[in-house]
Amino acid sequence: MSEEHYLELCENPVQFEHASSVNNVFFDEANKQVFAVRSGGATGVVVKGPEDKSSVAFRMDDKGEVKCIKFSIGNKILAVQRTSKSVDFINFIPDYPHTEFTQECKTKNASVLGFCWINWNEIVFITDQGIEFYQVFPDKRSLKLLKSQSINVNWYQYCPETAVILLSTTVQGNVLQPFAFRNGTMSKMSKFEIELPVVPKPAKLILSERDIAMASIYGQLFVMYLKHHSRTANSPCAEVVLYYLPREGTCKKTHVLRLNTTGKFALNIVDNLVVVHHQSSQTSLIFDIKLKEPDCTVNTHQPVLPARSIHPYRIPLTGPAVVPSQPPVPCQLYSSSWSVFQPDIIISASEGYLWYLQVKLPPTVNLLQDKGKLMDFLLRRRDCKMVILSVCSQILEGGEKGSLPVVATVFDKLNQVYKEYLEAEQSYTVAMESGPSRGSAAQKRPVRTQAVIDQSDMYTHVLSSFTEKKGVSHKFIIAVLMEYIRSLNQFQITVQHYLYELVIKTLVQHNLFYMLHQFLQYHVLSDSKPLACLLLSLESTYPPAHQLSLDMLKRLSTANDEIVEVLLSKQQVLGALRFIRSVGAHDNVSSRKFLDAARQTEDQMLFYTVFRSFQQRNQRLRGNPAFNLGEHCEEHVVHFKQLFGDQALMKASTV
Amino acid sequence: MQVLGLGSVSPRMASGMQEKQFTASLLNFFVYNPTFGPREGEEEKKILFYHPSEVEKNEKIRNVGLCEAIVQFTRTFCPTKPAKSLHTQKNRQFFFEPEDNFWMVMVVRNPMIEKPNKDGKPPTQEYQEEEILDTVYGAVVKECYSMYKLFNGTFGRAVEAGGAELLIQKLEKFFYRYLQTLHLQSCDLLDVFGGISFFPLDKMTYLKIQSFVNRVEESLSLIKYTAFLYNDQLIWSGLEQDDMRILYKYLTTSLFPRHSEPELAGRDSPLRPEVAGNLLHYGRFLTGPTNLKDPEAKFRFPKIFVSTEDGYEELHLIVYKAMSAAACFMISASVELTRDFCEQLDALVGPQLTLLASDICEQFTVNRRISGPEKEPQFKFIYFNHMNLAEKSTIHMRKTASVCLTSVHPDLMKILGDINCDFARVDEDEEIIVKAMTDYWVVGKKSDQRELYVILNQKNANLIEVNEEVKRLCATQFNNIFFLD
Repeated sequence: MSEEHYLELCENPVQFEHASSVNNVFFDEANKQVFAVRSGGATGVVVKGPEDKSSVAFRMDDKGEVKCIKFSIGNKILAVQRTSKSVDFINFIPDYPHTEFTQECKTKNASVLGFCWINWNEIVFITDQGIEFYQVFPDKRSLKLLKSQSINVNWYQYCPETAVILLSTTVQGNVLQPFAFRNGTMSKMSKFEIELPVVPKPAKLILSERDIAMASIYGQLFVMYLKHHSRTANSPCAEVVLYYLPREGTCKKTHVLRLNTTGKFALNIVDNLVVVHHQSSQTSLIFDIKLKEPDCTVNTHQPVLPARSIHPYRIPLTGPAVVPSQPPVPCQLYSSSWSVFQPDIIISASEGYLWYLQVKLPPTVNLLQDKGKLMDFLLRRRDCKMVILSVCSQILEGGEKGSLPVVATVFDKLNQVYKEYLEAEQSYTVAMESGPSRGSAAQKRPVRTQAVIDQSDMYTHVLSSFTEKKGVSHKFIIAVLMEYIRSLNQFQITVQHYLYELVIKTLVQHNLFYMLHQFLQYHVLSDSKPLACLLLSLESTYPPAHQLSLDMLKRLSTANDEIVEVLLSKQQVLGALRFIRSVGAHDNVSSRKFLDAARQTEDQMLFYTVFRSFQQRNQRLRGNPAFNLGEHCEEHVVHFKQLFGDQALMKASTV
Repeated sequence: MQVLGLGSVSPRMASGMQEKQFTASLLNFFVYNPTFGPREGEEEKKILFYHPSEVEKNEKIRNVGLCEAIVQFTRTFCPTKPAKSLHTQKNRQFFFEPEDNFWMVMVVRNPMIEKPNKDGKPPTQEYQEEEILDTVYGAVVKECYSMYKLFNGTFGRAVEAGGAELLIQKLEKFFYRYLQTLHLQSCDLLDVFGGISFFPLDKMTYLKIQSFVNRVEESLSLIKYTAFLYNDQLIWSGLEQDDMRILYKYLTTSLFPRHSEPELAGRDSPLRPEVAGNLLHYGRFLTGPTNLKDPEAKFRFPKIFVSTEDGYEELHLIVYKAMSAAACFMISASVELTRDFCEQLDALVGPQLTLLASDICEQFTVNRRISGPEKEPQFKFIYFNHMNLAEKSTIHMRKTASVCLTSVHPDLMKILGDINCDFARVDEDEEIIVKAMTDYWVVGKKSDQRELYVILNQKNANLIEVNEEVKRLCATQFNNIFFLD
């Protein structure tokens, strides 16, 4: 069963001192830092970030209970909230004064709910009566109000990735007002209302902060609403409703994720998948909003995979106190002490761990039977390449009956992505060649994701081993290769020569020359010099390969030398001469080569004809029938004289 | 002696005199094996088949004996290559030994012109001994054998299985019908080639067909080989070349012409397809059951014999057609085909083949529009490639079951045949240009394994102009192959 866990906690969690009566723990979503504040900071503040270099330890004076503590981006300035009226600041920039300075909120009688750093020196206070946007001047130890907006706030959420703050307003709390921050400006985005399952009477705050999360999925910002079931409504199970929040324009309800169960849930976003943890069953579900459900109305989604728990995790005991023989302790998953943060963070404050949630792709392969859907799913995941390639090998070598249509579907999906990348790459190249001066924004070089599976990947990891596998019928091998070539052609991708070679090799191995002949006849195997040479080499076992090869060389129209070589090697000297004349290259060919070949035939008349033909060429080009020294035809002149006498030589015409 | 082919009296009558022209026709056709009746008095045992059967026994024996003697006699000059034909004033005989000691002989009556005489004298008969070509009728005899072998296997096989009696039965059964379909007067160069006309197709559509064939063969794993045709032209053959050649001949000259298109048939025609459920498809069996729904339907298919690496194998031949696309599925004869299988095949292949057929048709018209029919020069030519048996003729009209119509005078066809004989004599590339009596120019070219025959109707053209014209044809029609000028 352990192979079925498709979610896991990262191997190297961020460790910190667990929460206790003397140690308060805070988490900052923007910097992903955990703050362990001992005794209000007097006995030390330890900050642990995702990387070691973002970890800091320091002391500060204990001026009361810390409510919120966060570094500005880049650990430049520390902000600490100890009262409901003000926020304190401490510089962490070297050479700047270290003494604290304080900023009270501007609105009278308002209490500060919290604050968010927008960048290294911009901060937003959120109060119950509105928001205030400040710029911090660490050198002057003061703040300047950039903008403020008054509005009744129940609670707020911040998405650092997009620098959007979401405020819950109105009595029921279900009208959400987002603000976007960028380059020192604050802009109000259009507000929207969350449809509540039941409207309480009298009105009271019903939309909880815990049921709303903000995250960016596939590069777009979504507000996720965990809609619990209600006995009165006709939906018996909980749902996650996604609202798409564009920078401009109105917010739209776009997706509904059906959880098919009830209870306590938590949300994460991992690799653009919405992960829904269900506490009572201790399992999680994943949803891919790009996966279309054929049997559902648009944008209603069922879980991609059956519910499974996160992979069991054992806490490694480290430190000097640990006895080496002591086994790692199993960690309690889905613990009620867990806190879940966006996008992919799970924190156990009581144990002192911060994990990143990860998706493991290999187990998904066996859980998702529909290979087409599986491919759609895998192609959108980050570390998908090897898994996709292994799926390809699996469907080819599994030997299931009726698998060709499946193979075709999989190839088409891979090549669709491959083609899109090639097109982007090409338009980038074109744009670069036409000069970067034109056009305002310089075009970005397209990123090659792991989902781009090209021909060489397929060849190296799938096809070459598959064709050599014993026990697979050659019929199936050829069918698969042709299917791949068909798919490439369908997407107008130039097929690489080594794939054709693989087809030819397989056909030749099984003596299927007539099949090969037909493929070439319909130009399924595209013309190329290497292919023509390969065909030439087959002539001894399959004579018609000679004609096929010559035809191909002719069509290439850049292989006239090769054609001459082929004809001469066949002792078709006259044919070679006629050919070279027909393409107008007669004047440039080596006369010695032709005379050598003519002499080898031991056909005296042929030798005579070829010899005279070149004498005429010399006459025409240089006004003299004699051969130049550089042409190295002396021995042929001697031979000609021996055969036909001096008088048969063409004499230089005297004017 | 009964003269067959009386229907072949030519409508062409010379003006004035009441001349009657008789075309070449079949006089006799027999199969014998000298080792079956080596002793005197047992000569009749040698004869395995004799057409026409009404001929008196002694005459049969006499004719067979004569052939035997001629072959024996000519063997003394060249033991490996005995006589192939015997020319006489009134007829011509063709000898062929397809298997050891089995001989097939065809006797063709020469074309003849009957000129009435005045004063009530009997008319004079002028035999045109030189009008028919050995290569053409030699090929016809060989084809007779190949066709027999396709449906019955070798002569030797029949003798092994049931002695001479079985072979006699089989020959009688097969040739009784087959000889009626021979139309000797319209045999020409194409019979010598016995080629296959390939359907021109773009790569993508071709790959789709490949995909279709592979999928069908995968899901109906009983199917051993598949051939795919469109518009009576071959696109794909899973059979080896020689087997395909004769199967193609059978399909295009016998099976297809017998089945008119049901989609062209009238509303009330019994040939009109029944639409099963909501699956609209035009698929139907050309061999086997005509109507799957008929509870009495028999699931028997013709059996054919094809060569394998170590002998031959017997196969069911299922020919299934949807619109202009036809797929031949071949299944080992040891398997009994059931209604279930046929229904499965019909359900799987019918819709796909219908779709493919319309795809091909669309693609074909698109290509035609691009290349433009007006760009195609109005040359009359025959092209043949020995390597893949590809043939193309703009001289021949659509083949029908009964006759093969040509658009040129038989005299010109004869010249083509003559040039072909010349080519066959030597191995090297050649070119022959002939000015025919009727102002036509006939050009034959041979390059490597390819032959091209062109007929030009340019009254005042000289040799150089004709040569240029042919070069132009090669450059436009054959620019993608290596064809030496």
